[in-house]
Amino acid sequence: MLSRPDAVNGIVVDRVSMTFAAPGGVAVHALDKVSLQIREGEMVTVLGPSGCGKTTLLNILAGFLAPTSGEVRLNGHAVRGPGAERGMVFQQGALFEWMTVSDNVAFGPRMAGRKRSEIRDIVELLIDRVGLRGFGQKPVYQLSGGMQQRVALARCLANDPDVVLMDEPLGALDALTREKMQGLVLKLWKETGKTIVLITHSVEEALFLGERLIVMAPRPGRIEGEYRLPFAGQALEASAREVKASAPFVGMREEILSMIWSMEDQIMTHDGARDVR
Amino acid sequence: MTAPAMSAEDNPSRLRIWLGLADDSLARQKTVRFGDASAVNPGRIYSICILAALMALWIVSSAFGWVKPFYWPTIGGVADRVVRLATEGYRNVALWEHIGISVYRVLSGVFYGAVLGVPLGFAMGLSSVVRGLFDPIVEFMRPVPPLALIPLIILWFGIDETAKIFLLFLASLFIMTIAARAGVSSVSIAKVHAAYSLGASRLQIMRHVILPNALPEIFTGLRTAMGVCWGTVVAAELVAADRGLGSMIMIAKNFLQTDTVVIGIIIIGLIGYGIELLMRWLEKNLIPWKGRD
Repeated sequence: MLSRPDAVNGIVVDRVSMTFAAPGGVAVHALDKVSLQIREGEMVTVLGPSGCGKTTLLNILAGFLAPTSGEVRLNGHAVRGPGAERGMVFQQGALFEWMTVSDNVAFGPRMAGRKRSEIRDIVELLIDRVGLRGFGQKPVYQLSGGMQQRVALARCLANDPDVVLMDEPLGALDALTREKMQGLVLKLWKETGKTIVLITHSVEEALFLGERLIVMAPRPGRIEGEYRLPFAGQALEASAREVKASAPFVGMREEILSMIWSMEDQIMTHDGARDVR
Repeated sequence: MTAPAMSAEDNPSRLRIWLGLADDSLARQKTVRFGDASAVNPGRIYSICILAALMALWIVSSAFGWVKPFYWPTIGGVADRVVRLATEGYRNVALWEHIGISVYRVLSGVFYGAVLGVPLGFAMGLSSVVRGLFDPIVEFMRPVPPLALIPLIILWFGIDETAKIFLLFLASLFIMTIAARAGVSSVSIAKVHAAYSLGASRLQIMRHVILPNALPEIFTGLRTAMGVCWGTVVAAELVAADRGLGSMIMIAKNFLQTDTVVIGIIIIGLIGYGIELLMRWLEKNLIPWKGRD
């Protein structure tokens, strides 16, 4: 692997562009010279309207897509494909439904050929940590959506990755479960100190969870703004609802929301009523 | 508001519900029933009635001699023949052997079809080269009824056991190939991505993700192949065989033994139904996650 003199710990997104031909031969500029640094242990949330390239960016970080130009480096090494040091949590449907909860969580260590006793300890620890004690032997298809996402988080962390990439991990949950799970994500981040990049559609979620918020804009996909956020730290002391109802939080939420709405309006005037996806 | 008292009429016995004389408590409170398949009870009482009526008709017509035994046997004649077939066999071959050889041919055919078809389907789902090579052949052979191949197979293999099993192998091969390929294609990309991100190698993804994910489709293929092969084996035995249920009814026809023909047909129907029930049972127990994605 390449090691660079400018190597820093954490993720470096270096002028990454992604262009591909849509059906009909139109070139889509999903990302245009996006640069970003994420230090080790940081919790970054990414927000933006549909078509802003945030999922494309995450897929490039995961190594599922190669950028048209530019590169992504993790701890100084260029990302060339998927790897165990970059774990991924998907919105839904990524659990192995033919396995029990324990077997899902054990998947990474098992593939790596770890010892049975080690795997058992890791699985027990993580099932406990995500609040699923006693559910280890259940088939995952019998669990509710929220519990399935707990399994997905445990499975990812069981592999002890350097970075956890989350693609709208709470997007398919109902509002109440979603709030509860935000607390869990925050707790896991504090306990494990992992670098987390989380994509979401929810402004509230992005503000609440992130230490830093990246707002992206479409056409071409680019970073529109960055915000340092104090809320993730506060939520560890005050209750989540208190933080979300506080004046600074509400003010910030409205600011970001109006920004996103103006982007949506621009898209609408460009395209008429056409779906921008 | 107080809950209405449950009278005996409100609360029908389990037997009445099983028979379909009454709906269960949820279905009874649905106002939209026409078009809601879950509100249509199985109506077992009517199944019992129609079977009883057919039996009664057969008994009465046998007693009064309404139909010549040449066209349709009497019930007494059939009963006698069943006993003789079971004890003496037919044409020096025991009845269980006729049944056994037909079942054996089907199982062998499906087995070989699966052993070759599943890996082929996997390769077609995973490699462009294999897909390109075999797609025209599979797509061409799929609509050809296996029975149309009988003349060719007789020319190649004669009429011995190999010929029949080869025919059934062909009948199940394409079904299994297509099923396995569909199973591979149905794996969600999120699962594959998740496995790569957890550090799995290609081989591990094949073994631990793609294969289990394809099992439901493969099983559906097995069920279809069993059904098709059962139909094909009987037809193949009608054409050329000295043993097997198909040959039994064909020989019986030549001797105008309508009773044996009818018994053969009933056994063929019962075994076909039994295979289907067995496969459904296996599917429920071996692949409990089917449809729970």
